[in-house]
Amino acid sequence: MPQSVQLSLLFALAAALAVPAASAEETKPAANAAAHTGANFQPPSEADIPAGEFGDMVRLGRDIMRNTPKYAARFVGNQLSCANCHLDAGRMAGSAPLWAAYVSYPAYRAKNRKVNTYQERLQGCFRFSMNGEPPPLGDPVLVALEAYSFWLATGLPVGKEAVGRGYTDLQMPAQAPDYSRGEAVYKARCALCHGEDGAGRRAAGRTAFPALWGDQSYNWGAGMGSIKNAAEFIYANMPLGLSYSLSAQQAWDVAYFMNAHERPQDPRWLGGVAATRAKFHDSEYSLYGLSVRGRVLGDTGAPKRRSGKDEALLNE
Amino acid sequence: MSNHRHIIYACVALSLLALQAFAQDAPPPAAAQPCLACHGAQGQGLAAAGHPRLAGLPAQYLADQMSAYIDGRRTNAIMAGMAKSLSAEQIQAIAHYFSALSPNIAPSPPPTDLAQAALGQQIAMHGDWAQGIPACFSCHAADGGGIPPEFPPIVGQPAAYIEAQLKAWQSGARQGRADDLANTLMQNVALRMSEAQIKAVAVWLAALPSAASNANSKDAKTKH
Repeated sequence: MPQSVQLSLLFALAAALAVPAASAEETKPAANAAAHTGANFQPPSEADIPAGEFGDMVRLGRDIMRNTPKYAARFVGNQLSCANCHLDAGRMAGSAPLWAAYVSYPAYRAKNRKVNTYQERLQGCFRFSMNGEPPPLGDPVLVALEAYSFWLATGLPVGKEAVGRGYTDLQMPAQAPDYSRGEAVYKARCALCHGEDGAGRRAAGRTAFPALWGDQSYNWGAGMGSIKNAAEFIYANMPLGLSYSLSAQQAWDVAYFMNAHERPQDPRWLGGVAATRAKFHDSEYSLYGLSVRGRVLGDTGAPKRRSGKDEALLNE
Repeated sequence: MSNHRHIIYACVALSLLALQAFAQDAPPPAAAQPCLACHGAQGQGLAAAGHPRLAGLPAQYLADQMSAYIDGRRTNAIMAGMAKSLSAEQIQAIAHYFSALSPNIAPSPPPTDLAQAALGQQIAMHGDWAQGIPACFSCHAADGGGIPPEFPPIVGQPAAYIEAQLKAWQSGARQGRADDLANTLMQNVALRMSEAQIKAVAVWLAALPSAASNANSKDAKTKH
């Protein structure tokens, strides 16, 4: 990160902390996650989705983003939606926008050691973040998401790193991320919506606030399972509407706390937690297979197979 | 003579209706009597005057609003006077009484200005993220029925009330306790909204049905 950006972040942070919350006019945090990314690309307006078959596919992709358990029921194994981590249905810079991802594929990924097409990249989302089954290549669900991403990327050059891609870079914390400090941040700034137990909340027959850990959250193989990714996402996007209101240290601490809880098994399970960690989680940012508070995380046996059909009925 | 008979019939019919109503709902506690004049005999509010409905709102939310009038976090001369005259027990009784009433409220007619309706729907369902405004429904449930107790229903309320509240958050006339994250979130959203957005979302929300209020539903209370 350039020094000037770091400095302005520091100043923004200092300003946010210095002024009491009551004088809201002065404490208005950054408008959104895009604010500190330097991104200036604007995806087209939803009102401009064209009529006809292509436009219908774009609209389906948008709907899948917003309510994945409803529109991609067969492939979803939890109650999350894509838009929970890709804010504004994948439009928001600094919140892993789809337009930036779209122009970055095909690309080699170390995660599966091959060149991935965009649809193959989307399959990964379903397998890990959605704890479900990857839709077959060419399935309407993938075609719709690809069509929507392609349309969002209108006017963006391909093969060039798009500013605003992924989550916003975050400085390393001054202190190593810590469970207890993270727990305090969680209780003050997250539990209102996501619950003390991290299970989220449902209302009106669907997920209102997504589960951050437990059976209905992303599995151990998901990108959000990385403390670094989670800290970057949280820093720029959470609490909802209060982008960049946490300090970098708070973001790292609460990301650690969140990912120090149990969640569905990594589907790449190799028969034991140590072997699975050695092959897929050999990173300072993964707590999988490590002992936290006396329990080895991820030591929950083989992945449970889910029936997408049952989940679909559950969400009707 | 026949006129008299009609009047008698009408009286009998009305009494029967009243009895039926009495059988359905417990009578309001004495302390709630003064509320009815402005908030309606069934707590349904008075849309024309912008008086909000109380029926079906979470009891804890209602009680908290009363304490907000007492300690000045919400400013309204009439409500402050009313609330200050009540004991903590009376506030609880009132809150529970109205919370248990069914929000059987006819929605306002649909907006006639289609462009304004589209803007209202956009804000309520998807927000305006360029301005950092999340969807109303991201915290008040996908049908606007609320997620008790912190996130009240925003359907079944008069447009004038919704507009007034958003502006009260903007001006600071409505505030939370210092550590109240829900209020910080709401105030932050209100401050980012334009006059046109506020009016549009108020009119659009007021035209939605309120029957699906989550205040007393099992769904909203049960965490998965």
